[in-house]
Amino acid sequence: MDIKEELKPPQDSVVVEDSYHMVTRRGFVSWLTVGWGAFAGATAIMGAAFQRFLFPNVLREPPQEFKIGFPNDFLEGVVDLRMQDKYGIWVVRGFDPATSQTGIYVLSVICTHLGCTPTWLESEAKFKCPCHGSGFYKTGINFEGPAPRPLERFRVVLAEDGQVQVDKGKKFQYEKGEWTQPEAFLKV
Amino acid sequence: MNSKLKQIQKQIVESQIWKSIFRHGMPDDTRTRAMVVLSNVFLHLHPVKSREAGIRVGYTWCMGGITFFLFLVEAVTGILLMFYYRPTAEYAYSDIIALREHVPLGIMRELHRWGAHAMVIAVWLHMFRVFMTGSYKPPREFNWGIGVVLLVLTLLLSFTGYLLPWDQLAIWAIAVGSNMARATPFLGHEGPGASLLKIGDMNLVHAGDDARFGLLAGRMISEATLLRFYVLHCIFIPFVASILMAIHFWRVRKDGGISGPM
Repeated sequence: MDIKEELKPPQDSVVVEDSYHMVTRRGFVSWLTVGWGAFAGATAIMGAAFQRFLFPNVLREPPQEFKIGFPNDFLEGVVDLRMQDKYGIWVVRGFDPATSQTGIYVLSVICTHLGCTPTWLESEAKFKCPCHGSGFYKTGINFEGPAPRPLERFRVVLAEDGQVQVDKGKKFQYEKGEWTQPEAFLKV
Repeated sequence: MNSKLKQIQKQIVESQIWKSIFRHGMPDDTRTRAMVVLSNVFLHLHPVKSREAGIRVGYTWCMGGITFFLFLVEAVTGILLMFYYRPTAEYAYSDIIALREHVPLGIMRELHRWGAHAMVIAVWLHMFRVFMTGSYKPPREFNWGIGVVLLVLTLLLSFTGYLLPWDQLAIWAIAVGSNMARATPFLGHEGPGASLLKIGDMNLVHAGDDARFGLLAGRMISEATLLRFYVLHCIFIPFVASILMAIHFWRVRKDGGISGPM
Protein backbone atom coordinates (compact mmCIF):
# COMPACT_ATOMS: atom_id res chain seq x y z
CA MET A 1 0.00 0.00 0.00
CA ASP A 2 1.15 3.44 -0.88
CA ILE A 3 1.86 5.76 1.99
CA LYS A 4 0.00 8.63 0.31
CA GLU A 5 -2.99 6.43 -0.10
CA GLU A 6 -2.95 5.68 3.57
CA LEU A 7 -3.03 9.37 4.54
CA LYS A 8 -6.26 10.01 2.70
CA PRO A 9 -9.24 10.07 4.96
CA PRO A 10 -11.38 6.96 4.71
CA GLN A 11 -14.42 7.49 2.54
CA ASP A 12 -16.99 6.58 5.19
CA SER A 13 -15.93 9.42 7.54
CA VAL A 14 -17.29 12.15 5.26
CA VAL A 15 -19.97 14.08 7.17
CA VAL A 16 -23.27 14.00 5.38
CA GLU A 17 -25.19 17.15 6.22
CA ASP A 18 -28.68 16.41 7.46
CA SER A 19 -30.32 19.67 6.57
CA TYR A 20 -33.48 18.77 8.50
CA HIS A 21 -31.90 18.16 11.90
CA MET A 22 -29.08 20.60 11.47
CA VAL A 23 -29.32 23.80 13.53
CA THR A 24 -27.61 26.55 11.60
CA ARG A 25 -26.02 29.57 13.22
CA ARG A 26 -28.77 31.85 11.89
CA GLY A 27 -31.46 29.42 12.90
CA PHE A 28 -30.06 29.23 16.39
CA VAL A 29 -30.14 33.01 16.73
CA SER A 30 -33.76 33.21 15.60
CA TRP A 31 -34.75 30.41 17.98
CA LEU A 32 -32.91 32.29 20.69
CA THR A 33 -34.97 35.37 19.88
CA VAL A 34 -38.16 33.34 20.10
CA GLY A 35 -36.98 31.87 23.38
CA TRP A 36 -36.15 35.22 24.91
CA GLY A 37 -39.40 36.65 23.61
CA ALA A 38 -41.34 33.83 25.25
CA PHE A 39 -39.41 34.34 28.48
CA ALA A 40 -40.06 38.09 28.44
CA GLY A 41 -43.74 37.46 27.75
CA ALA A 42 -44.04 34.94 30.57
CA THR A 43 -42.26 37.32 32.93
CA ALA A 44 -44.59 40.17 31.94
CA ILE A 45 -47.67 37.99 32.52
CA MET A 46 -46.30 36.89 35.87
CA GLY A 47 -45.55 40.49 36.83
CA ALA A 48 -49.08 41.53 35.92
CA ALA A 49 -50.46 38.60 37.92
CA PHE A 50 -48.37 39.56 40.97
CA GLN A 51 -49.65 43.12 40.66
CA ARG A 52 -53.26 41.97 40.38
CA PHE A 53 -52.72 39.71 43.41
CA LEU A 54 -52.31 42.83 45.58
CA PHE A 55 -55.84 44.07 44.77
CA PRO A 56 -58.37 41.86 46.60
CA ASN A 57 -61.80 41.12 45.14
CA VAL A 58 -63.64 41.25 48.45
CA LEU A 59 -63.22 44.09 50.94
CA ARG A 60 -64.27 44.06 54.57
CA GLU A 61 -65.46 47.64 54.24
CA PRO A 62 -68.94 49.12 54.48
CA PRO A 63 -70.57 49.47 51.03
CA GLN A 64 -70.10 52.64 49.01
CA GLU A 65 -73.85 52.91 48.33
CA PHE A 66 -76.27 52.48 51.21
CA LYS A 67 -79.53 53.63 52.80
CA ILE A 68 -79.43 55.69 55.97
CA GLY A 69 -83.11 55.88 56.99
CA PHE A 70 -86.12 58.05 56.24
CA PRO A 71 -85.86 61.84 55.87
CA ASN A 72 -87.83 62.35 59.07
CA ASP A 73 -85.19 60.38 61.01
CA PHE A 74 -83.02 63.49 60.69
CA LEU A 75 -83.79 66.51 62.82
CA GLU A 76 -84.01 70.01 61.38
CA GLY A 77 -80.78 71.97 61.81
CA VAL A 78 -78.82 69.12 63.37
CA VAL A 79 -75.49 67.71 62.21
CA ASP A 80 -76.05 63.96 62.41
CA LEU A 81 -72.90 62.19 63.57
CA ARG A 82 -74.34 58.65 63.76
CA MET A 83 -72.94 57.58 60.39
CA GLN A 84 -69.46 59.03 61.00
CA ASP A 85 -67.68 55.90 62.20
CA LYS A 86 -69.34 53.33 59.98
CA TYR A 87 -69.75 55.18 56.68
CA GLY A 88 -67.54 58.23 57.02
CA ILE A 89 -70.33 60.77 56.42
CA TRP A 90 -72.13 63.57 58.22
CA VAL A 91 -75.78 64.11 57.38
CA VAL A 92 -77.18 67.62 57.76
CA ARG A 93 -80.84 68.58 57.39
CA GLY A 94 -82.09 72.15 57.16
CA PHE A 95 -81.49 75.30 55.16
CA ASP A 96 -78.20 75.26 53.25
CA PRO A 97 -76.81 78.79 52.77
CA ALA A 98 -74.26 77.51 50.25
CA THR A 99 -76.95 76.51 47.75
CA SER A 100 -79.97 78.39 49.19
CA GLN A 101 -82.00 75.20 49.39
CA THR A 102 -83.75 73.39 52.21
CA GLY A 103 -83.29 69.67 52.65
CA ILE A 104 -80.59 67.06 53.29
CA TYR A 105 -76.96 67.05 52.25
CA VAL A 106 -74.22 64.56 53.03
CA LEU A 107 -70.68 65.67 53.86
CA SER A 108 -67.48 63.63 53.65
CA VAL A 109 -65.66 63.40 56.98
CA ILE A 110 -62.26 63.63 55.26
CA CYS A 111 -60.48 66.93 55.85
CA THR A 112 -59.45 68.46 52.53
CA HIS A 113 -56.05 69.39 53.92
CA LEU A 114 -54.37 66.03 54.56
CA GLY A 115 -57.21 63.60 55.21
CA CYS A 116 -57.79 63.47 58.97
CA THR A 117 -61.31 63.41 60.44
CA PRO A 118 -62.50 66.74 61.87
CA THR A 119 -64.71 66.91 64.97
CA TRP A 120 -68.11 68.62 65.05
CA LEU A 121 -68.08 71.24 67.79
CA GLU A 122 -71.73 71.97 68.57
CA SER A 123 -71.08 75.05 70.73
CA GLU A 124 -68.94 76.70 68.06
CA ALA A 125 -71.04 75.33 65.18
CA LYS A 126 -68.04 74.19 63.18
CA PHE A 127 -66.05 71.15 62.12
CA LYS A 128 -62.55 71.38 63.59
CA CYS A 129 -59.73 69.16 62.39
CA PRO A 130 -57.47 67.92 65.24
CA CYS A 131 -54.44 67.40 62.96
CA HIS A 132 -53.68 70.91 61.74
CA GLY A 133 -56.60 73.04 62.89
CA SER A 134 -58.68 73.45 59.73
CA GLY A 135 -62.21 74.70 60.40
CA PHE A 136 -65.36 74.21 58.31
CA TYR A 137 -68.85 75.66 58.64
CA LYS A 138 -71.89 73.42 58.88
CA THR A 139 -72.19 73.71 55.10
CA GLY A 140 -68.72 72.22 54.72
CA ILE A 141 -67.12 75.45 53.55
CA ASN A 142 -63.65 76.03 54.96
CA PHE A 143 -62.95 79.25 56.82
CA GLU A 144 -59.80 78.71 58.93
CA GLY A 145 -56.64 76.67 58.99
CA PRO A 146 -54.71 75.15 56.10
CA ALA A 147 -57.59 73.36 54.32
CA PRO A 148 -57.52 74.58 50.71
CA ARG A 149 -61.15 73.81 49.77
CA PRO A 150 -64.52 72.90 51.28
CA LEU A 151 -65.46 69.40 52.39
CA GLU A 152 -66.84 67.17 49.66
CA ARG A 153 -70.50 66.22 49.44
CA PHE A 154 -71.81 62.84 48.31
CA ARG A 155 -74.68 61.91 46.03
CA VAL A 156 -77.91 61.75 48.01
CA VAL A 157 -81.25 60.62 46.57
CA LEU A 158 -84.54 59.20 47.74
CA ALA A 159 -84.78 55.43 47.20
CA GLU A 160 -87.99 53.79 45.98
CA ASP A 161 -88.94 52.74 49.51
CA GLY A 162 -88.72 56.36 50.66
CA GLN A 163 -85.38 56.03 52.44
CA VAL A 164 -82.45 58.36 51.94
CA GLN A 165 -79.82 56.70 49.80
CA VAL A 166 -76.18 57.83 49.79
CA ASP A 167 -73.60 56.99 47.13
CA LYS A 168 -69.99 57.69 48.12
CA GLY A 169 -68.85 56.74 44.63
CA LYS A 170 -70.13 60.08 43.33
CA LYS A 171 -68.77 63.21 44.99
CA PHE A 172 -69.58 66.87 44.47
CA GLN A 173 -67.00 69.63 44.98
CA TYR A 174 -68.01 73.18 45.82
CA GLU A 175 -65.06 74.79 44.04
CA LYS A 176 -66.14 73.11 40.82
CA GLY A 177 -69.67 74.46 41.24
CA GLU A 178 -71.05 70.94 41.64
CA TRP A 179 -73.09 71.49 44.81
CA THR A 180 -75.96 72.91 42.80
CA GLN A 181 -76.29 69.73 40.74
CA PRO A 182 -79.57 67.88 41.38
CA GLU A 183 -78.23 64.81 43.19
CA ALA A 184 -75.81 66.75 45.40
CA PHE A 185 -78.75 67.85 47.51
CA LEU A 186 -82.00 66.20 48.55
CA LYS A 187 -84.87 68.65 48.75
CA VAL A 188 -87.29 67.65 51.47
CA MET B 1 5.58 26.02 78.21
CA ASN B 2 5.83 28.47 75.31
CA SER B 3 6.81 25.74 72.93
CA LYS B 4 3.86 23.68 74.15
CA LEU B 5 1.48 26.53 73.23
CA LYS B 6 3.16 26.90 69.84
CA GLN B 7 2.68 23.21 69.25
CA ILE B 8 -1.05 23.44 70.06
CA GLN B 9 -1.40 26.45 67.78
CA LYS B 10 0.38 24.54 65.03
CA GLN B 11 -1.94 21.57 65.51
CA ILE B 12 -5.03 23.78 65.26
CA VAL B 13 -3.85 25.76 62.24
CA GLU B 14 -2.83 22.62 60.39
CA SER B 15 -6.00 20.70 61.21
CA GLN B 16 -8.40 19.81 58.43
CA ILE B 17 -11.20 21.87 60.01
CA TRP B 18 -9.11 25.05 60.13
CA LYS B 19 -7.81 24.58 56.61
CA SER B 20 -11.28 23.92 55.27
CA ILE B 21 -12.42 27.31 56.59
CA PHE B 22 -9.34 29.47 55.97
CA ARG B 23 -7.76 28.94 52.57
CA HIS B 24 -4.80 31.19 53.33
CA GLY B 25 -2.05 31.52 55.91
CA MET B 26 -1.71 34.19 58.56
CA PRO B 27 -2.14 37.62 56.90
CA ASP B 28 1.42 38.76 57.51
CA ASP B 29 2.28 39.81 53.96
CA THR B 30 0.56 41.85 51.26
CA ARG B 31 -0.47 38.86 49.18
CA THR B 32 -2.12 36.97 52.04
CA ARG B 33 -3.85 40.14 53.22
CA ALA B 34 -5.36 40.48 49.76
CA MET B 35 -6.32 36.79 49.91
CA VAL B 36 -8.17 37.39 53.19
CA VAL B 37 -10.42 39.92 51.47
CA LEU B 38 -10.81 38.03 48.20
CA SER B 39 -11.66 34.66 49.71
CA ASN B 40 -14.33 35.98 52.09
CA VAL B 41 -17.84 36.34 50.72
CA PHE B 42 -18.58 39.37 52.89
CA LEU B 43 -15.21 41.11 52.64
CA HIS B 44 -14.91 40.65 48.88
CA LEU B 45 -17.58 43.33 48.38
CA HIS B 46 -15.08 45.67 49.94
CA PRO B 47 -12.02 47.02 48.14
CA VAL B 48 -8.89 44.96 48.77
CA LYS B 49 -7.02 48.11 49.60
CA SER B 50 -8.35 51.38 50.94
CA ARG B 51 -6.75 54.70 50.23
CA GLU B 52 -5.56 56.66 53.18
CA ALA B 53 -8.14 59.35 52.43
CA GLY B 54 -10.83 56.70 52.39
CA ILE B 55 -10.40 56.05 56.07
CA ARG B 56 -9.98 59.69 57.01
CA VAL B 57 -13.05 60.47 59.09
CA GLY B 58 -12.73 64.17 58.33
CA TYR B 59 -13.25 63.35 54.65
CA THR B 60 -15.89 60.56 54.68
CA TRP B 61 -17.49 61.20 58.10
CA CYS B 62 -17.85 57.39 57.98
CA MET B 63 -21.51 58.07 57.29
CA GLY B 64 -21.95 55.21 54.81
CA GLY B 65 -20.42 52.82 57.30
CA ILE B 66 -22.55 54.20 60.12
CA THR B 67 -25.66 53.82 57.97
CA PHE B 68 -24.79 50.18 57.31
CA PHE B 69 -24.08 49.62 60.99
CA LEU B 70 -27.48 51.12 61.88
CA PHE B 71 -29.13 48.88 59.28
CA LEU B 72 -27.60 45.89 61.07
CA VAL B 73 -28.83 47.27 64.42
CA GLU B 74 -32.33 47.60 62.95
CA ALA B 75 -32.19 44.05 61.56
CA VAL B 76 -31.10 42.52 64.87
CA THR B 77 -33.49 44.48 67.12
CA GLY B 78 -36.27 44.13 64.54
CA ILE B 79 -35.97 40.34 64.43
CA LEU B 80 -36.09 40.29 68.24
CA LEU B 81 -39.25 42.45 68.24
CA MET B 82 -40.88 40.08 65.74
CA PHE B 83 -40.82 37.33 68.37
CA TYR B 84 -43.47 39.26 70.33
CA TYR B 85 -45.34 41.51 67.93
CA ARG B 86 -48.51 40.31 66.16
CA PRO B 87 -49.71 42.48 63.25
CA THR B 88 -53.45 42.27 63.97
CA ALA B 89 -55.87 44.97 65.05
CA GLU B 90 -56.61 43.02 68.21
CA TYR B 91 -53.04 42.52 69.42
CA ALA B 92 -50.76 45.06 67.73
CA TYR B 93 -51.13 47.91 70.23
CA SER B 94 -51.12 45.70 73.33
CA ASP B 95 -48.06 43.85 72.03
CA ILE B 96 -46.26 47.17 71.68
CA ILE B 97 -47.15 48.00 75.28
CA ALA B 98 -46.11 44.49 76.35
CA LEU B 99 -42.75 44.95 74.64
CA ARG B 100 -42.16 47.82 77.03
CA GLU B 101 -43.83 46.50 80.18
CA HIS B 102 -43.77 42.69 80.13
CA VAL B 103 -40.66 41.80 78.19
CA PRO B 104 -37.12 41.93 79.63
CA LEU B 105 -35.10 44.79 78.13
CA GLY B 106 -38.12 46.95 77.38
CA ILE B 107 -35.70 49.36 75.74
CA MET B 108 -35.47 47.08 72.69
CA ARG B 109 -38.27 48.81 70.80
CA GLU B 110 -36.78 52.18 71.67
CA LEU B 111 -33.42 51.02 70.32
CA HIS B 112 -35.20 50.06 67.10
CA ARG B 113 -36.92 53.45 66.95
CA TRP B 114 -33.82 55.48 67.79
CA GLY B 115 -31.83 53.44 65.30
CA ALA B 116 -34.41 54.23 62.63
CA HIS B 117 -34.21 57.97 63.30
CA ALA B 118 -30.42 57.83 63.36
CA MET B 119 -30.34 55.86 60.12
CA VAL B 120 -32.42 58.46 58.29
CA ILE B 121 -30.11 61.21 59.56
CA ALA B 122 -26.98 59.21 58.67
CA VAL B 123 -28.27 58.50 55.15
CA TRP B 124 -28.86 62.20 54.53
CA LEU B 125 -25.44 63.14 55.90
CA HIS B 126 -23.83 60.41 53.76
CA MET B 127 -25.58 61.80 50.70
CA PHE B 128 -24.54 65.33 51.65
CA ARG B 129 -20.90 64.25 52.02
CA VAL B 130 -20.95 62.40 48.68
CA PHE B 131 -22.43 65.49 47.04
CA MET B 132 -20.02 67.95 48.61
CA THR B 133 -16.96 65.85 47.72
CA GLY B 134 -18.23 65.40 44.16
CA SER B 135 -18.16 61.63 44.58
CA TYR B 136 -21.27 61.25 42.41
CA LYS B 137 -19.27 62.15 39.29
CA PRO B 138 -18.08 59.59 36.71
CA PRO B 139 -17.33 56.76 37.13
CA ARG B 140 -19.59 56.76 40.18
CA GLU B 141 -22.87 58.03 38.63
CA PHE B 142 -24.49 54.59 38.67
CA ASN B 143 -23.70 54.11 42.34
CA TRP B 144 -25.23 57.51 43.10
CA GLY B 145 -28.41 56.23 41.42
CA ILE B 146 -28.38 53.07 43.55
CA GLY B 147 -27.85 55.30 46.58
CA VAL B 148 -30.88 57.42 45.76
CA VAL B 149 -33.02 54.27 45.60
CA LEU B 150 -31.56 53.18 48.94
CA LEU B 151 -32.48 56.58 50.39
CA VAL B 152 -36.08 56.11 49.25
CA LEU B 153 -36.14 52.58 50.70
CA THR B 154 -34.82 53.92 54.03
CA LEU B 155 -37.62 56.49 54.13
CA LEU B 156 -40.17 53.82 53.17
CA LEU B 157 -38.88 51.59 55.98
CA SER B 158 -39.52 54.43 58.42
CA PHE B 159 -42.93 55.09 56.89
CA THR B 160 -44.11 51.47 57.01
CA GLY B 161 -42.74 51.04 60.53
CA TYR B 162 -44.69 54.09 61.66
CA LEU B 163 -48.05 52.29 61.36
CA LEU B 164 -47.09 49.20 63.35
CA PRO B 165 -47.69 50.58 66.90
CA TRP B 166 -51.35 50.94 65.77
CA ASP B 167 -52.07 53.95 67.98
CA GLN B 168 -53.73 57.24 67.03
CA LEU B 169 -50.43 58.80 65.99
CA ALA B 170 -49.68 55.83 63.72
CA ILE B 171 -53.09 55.72 62.05
CA TRP B 172 -53.32 59.46 61.37
CA ALA B 173 -49.72 59.70 60.25
CA ILE B 174 -50.36 56.97 57.68
CA ALA B 175 -53.71 58.54 56.76
CA VAL B 176 -51.92 61.79 55.97
CA GLY B 177 -48.91 60.11 54.35
CA SER B 178 -50.83 57.70 52.15
CA ASN B 179 -53.03 60.54 50.89
CA MET B 180 -50.05 61.61 48.83
CA ALA B 181 -50.57 58.44 46.77
CA ARG B 182 -53.97 59.85 45.71
CA ALA B 183 -52.07 62.44 43.68
CA THR B 184 -49.83 59.97 41.80
CA PRO B 185 -49.90 60.89 38.10
CA PHE B 186 -52.27 58.51 36.27
CA LEU B 187 -52.18 55.95 39.11
CA GLY B 188 -53.85 57.99 41.87
CA HIS B 189 -57.53 58.84 41.54
CA GLU B 190 -56.93 62.52 42.29
CA GLY B 191 -53.67 62.73 40.39
CA PRO B 192 -53.03 64.50 37.10
CA GLY B 193 -54.11 62.48 34.11
CA ALA B 194 -56.26 60.04 36.07
CA SER B 195 -59.46 61.68 34.82
CA LEU B 196 -58.31 61.06 31.23
CA LEU B 197 -58.31 57.30 31.74
CA LYS B 198 -61.95 56.44 31.25
CA ILE B 199 -64.13 54.28 29.06
CA GLY B 200 -67.25 56.23 28.21
CA ASP B 201 -68.53 57.49 31.53
CA MET B 202 -66.61 54.97 33.65
CA ASN B 203 -63.40 56.05 35.34
CA LEU B 204 -60.64 53.44 35.13
CA VAL B 205 -58.74 54.97 38.04
CA HIS B 206 -60.94 55.51 41.09
CA ALA B 207 -60.68 55.23 44.88
CA GLY B 208 -61.25 51.47 44.61
CA ASP B 209 -58.30 50.57 42.40
CA ASP B 210 -55.67 53.30 42.49
CA ALA B 211 -52.15 53.42 43.95
CA ARG B 212 -53.40 54.34 47.42
CA PHE B 213 -55.82 51.41 47.34
CA GLY B 214 -52.94 49.08 46.53
CA LEU B 215 -50.88 50.51 49.36
CA LEU B 216 -53.66 50.33 51.96
CA ALA B 217 -55.38 47.17 50.66
CA GLY B 218 -58.64 49.13 50.81
CA ARG B 219 -60.18 52.58 50.61
CA MET B 220 -59.32 53.21 54.25
CA ILE B 221 -56.70 52.11 56.77
CA SER B 222 -57.72 48.73 58.18
CA GLU B 223 -56.26 45.53 59.54
CA ALA B 224 -55.36 44.60 55.96
CA THR B 225 -53.22 47.75 55.82
CA LEU B 226 -51.47 46.78 59.04
CA LEU B 227 -50.57 43.36 57.64
CA ARG B 228 -49.47 44.83 54.33
CA PHE B 229 -47.22 47.40 56.00
CA TYR B 230 -45.84 44.72 58.33
CA VAL B 231 -44.80 42.50 55.42
CA LEU B 232 -43.33 45.47 53.55
CA HIS B 233 -41.48 46.60 56.68
CA CYS B 234 -40.10 43.23 57.80
CA ILE B 235 -39.55 41.32 54.56
CA PHE B 236 -39.94 43.12 51.28
CA ILE B 237 -38.11 46.41 51.75
CA PRO B 238 -35.20 44.99 53.80
CA PHE B 239 -34.81 42.23 51.18
CA VAL B 240 -34.60 44.69 48.29
CA ALA B 241 -32.40 47.05 50.32
CA SER B 242 -29.97 44.23 51.15
CA ILE B 243 -29.51 43.36 47.48
CA LEU B 244 -29.03 47.00 46.55
CA MET B 245 -26.56 47.50 49.42
CA ALA B 246 -24.48 44.58 48.14
CA ILE B 247 -24.44 46.20 44.69
CA HIS B 248 -23.67 49.59 46.28
CA PHE B 249 -20.63 48.29 48.17
CA TRP B 250 -19.47 46.22 45.21
CA ARG B 251 -19.64 49.26 42.96
CA VAL B 252 -17.59 51.31 45.44
CA ARG B 253 -14.88 48.72 44.91
CA LYS B 254 -15.33 48.50 41.14
CA ASP B 255 -15.42 52.27 40.64
CA GLY B 256 -12.02 52.71 42.20
CA GLY B 257 -12.61 52.53 45.93
CA ILE B 258 -13.77 55.27 48.22
CA SER B 259 -13.16 58.58 46.48
CA GLY B 260 -10.34 60.71 47.77
CA PRO B 261 -9.38 64.37 47.61
CA MET B 262 -8.02 65.45 44.25
